[in-house]
Amino acid sequence: MRLNKIFKNTLLVLAACLVLSACATKKEVATDIQGQMQGDVYTGTDTVEYLADGVPDRVFFATNESILTTASRETLRAQAAWLRKNPNINVVLEGHADERGTREYNLALGERRANAAKDYLMTYGISSDRITVLSYGKERPVDSGSNPLAWSKNRRSVTVKAN
Amino acid sequence: MIKKILIFVLILIPVNANALIEVDITRGNLNPLPLAVSPLSIDEVSRKSFEKILKKENIGSEISNIVENNLRTSGLFNPLDKKAFLQAPDIANLKPRFEDWNLIKAQALITGKVNYIDDKLRVEFRLWDVLAAKEMMALAFTTVPNNWRRVGHIISDKVYERLTGEKGYFDTRIIYVSEEGPKTQRIKKLAIMDQDGANNKFLTLGNELVLTPRFNPASQMVTYLSYFKNMPRVYLLDIETGTQEVVGDFPGMTFAPRFSPDGKKIIMSFAKDGKSDIYTMDLENRIVEKITNHPSIDTSPSYSPDGKYITFNSDRSGYQQIYVMKNDGSDVKRISFGNGLYGTPVWSPRGDLIAFTKLHKGKFYIGVMRTDGSGERLLTENYYQEAPSWSPNGRVLIFYRETKTNSKGEGFSAKLWSIDLTGYNERQIKTPTDASDPSWSSLLSN
Repeated sequence: MRLNKIFKNTLLVLAACLVLSACATKKEVATDIQGQMQGDVYTGTDTVEYLADGVPDRVFFATNESILTTASRETLRAQAAWLRKNPNINVVLEGHADERGTREYNLALGERRANAAKDYLMTYGISSDRITVLSYGKERPVDSGSNPLAWSKNRRSVTVKAN
Repeated sequence: MIKKILIFVLILIPVNANALIEVDITRGNLNPLPLAVSPLSIDEVSRKSFEKILKKENIGSEISNIVENNLRTSGLFNPLDKKAFLQAPDIANLKPRFEDWNLIKAQALITGKVNYIDDKLRVEFRLWDVLAAKEMMALAFTTVPNNWRRVGHIISDKVYERLTGEKGYFDTRIIYVSEEGPKTQRIKKLAIMDQDGANNKFLTLGNELVLTPRFNPASQMVTYLSYFKNMPRVYLLDIETGTQEVVGDFPGMTFAPRFSPDGKKIIMSFAKDGKSDIYTMDLENRIVEKITNHPSIDTSPSYSPDGKYITFNSDRSGYQQIYVMKNDGSDVKRISFGNGLYGTPVWSPRGDLIAFTKLHKGKFYIGVMRTDGSGERLLTENYYQEAPSWSPNGRVLIFYRETKTNSKGEGFSAKLWSIDLTGYNERQIKTPTDASDPSWSSLLSN
């Protein structure tokens, strides 16, 4: 009888553990992703640096894509406005890919992403003479994690002051 | 360096015995051939001379260890434990007692001897068919003592060729990228080693990012991508002299280089305005030709061994797929039609297959297909692996594999692996640091 009771208690405890751990994992994932990704494009600000007040330095892309999102276009317009006000500053657009692709294709993809950003800056009046494009492919991730959130932070084009 | 070392090969006895042993290398290696590699015998004077020069107590045993290790790693042979050998090495080389070797179930026997003659290393070896009680092959080499490892590799190649009917791949080297440091700030250096991992050497210091080195099939030249001065460009490196130069004068990133089979051209991608196209440059007259002209990404080009065709990677259909075209860029045909994405096509040196990387449902595969895209066969599946490179005989693929990191981004590693075309005999190739982007050289001798 006593044994039986112990057994029952153990079961209860086990069940409680299961519920708790399930909650914990669910919650963790939810806070990780929620508000930080839309589709698979990163929308968070953890890794973003600023060229000037209110001028974020980078834009993010969906897997295998080089299309600029609405948020990316807004960022690039802010960059263009800032560059027009600072005509002596030149920039390098560094294009990056996540680790889930072959090295050589990713080099090309990084170049394509940085060029998407370059084209947009040019339509807002920034001369191509002031812009250099540099692809790093998947060689310089900002987040070394092997998960969708980390990959979304790494699919980016970063505008860096060249002088 | 390698070029200047001459190895004199002398055939002791004409080889025309009817071989009874045949190793079938087209099937899996479920029953590797049991064979005995008797240590090469050595007289005391020679032993002491080599001990002084090479700091090896018994160079005869060392050379036979190389042969044994090569044959074992091929997966086709099962070298037997030396402790079971009944006959002394010097006697065995004169006349094996076949019944003794038969007793330990050896089907083939390798014997030989080493001499120190006029400051040179002289090695003779014999391959015996134990069941038929016959000599199959006898060769002698004379070379400088420092070349002793290569002698072991050449013996391995000769034995492999005699028993399988195909050329070996042991007297070869691997060029690769050595990796160190955190994933977000990897330090990468060019490195080179013998096919068995010996003689590892670094060719660059790690000051700039380097990627995708590839051997010239016809010489000891290498082409690779370097971020020297933060400009990703294709370079040409002579690994004998250490001299290097930029390939071509392109206003932007050049990448994904490879040599043509005759070694006279480099084929690569040039990226501009979000498009990557394939170009060639003739290394003699420096003439640059544009081979593809498409608004898509065209990259990872690789010639067929006769130089008439090029396979490459393109996303012109919307996603990464494998294509084949004539060497002038005409007659482009897509050949990959399976599920998933396909990249890094490499034409086999035998001409009949194209090896590739495939990404499907979050897994990476190394596989092969015929040059028309039929007969797709996946050899290995993993979290991340890519960039296969063929052994010069087209029987083995070397590639690199990366591990998944944990939730904190720790635990990352990159290693070289090889697998037989049969899908068997998968093994890690040990390197002093993490490693990626391997490229296999041609046979250095014969």
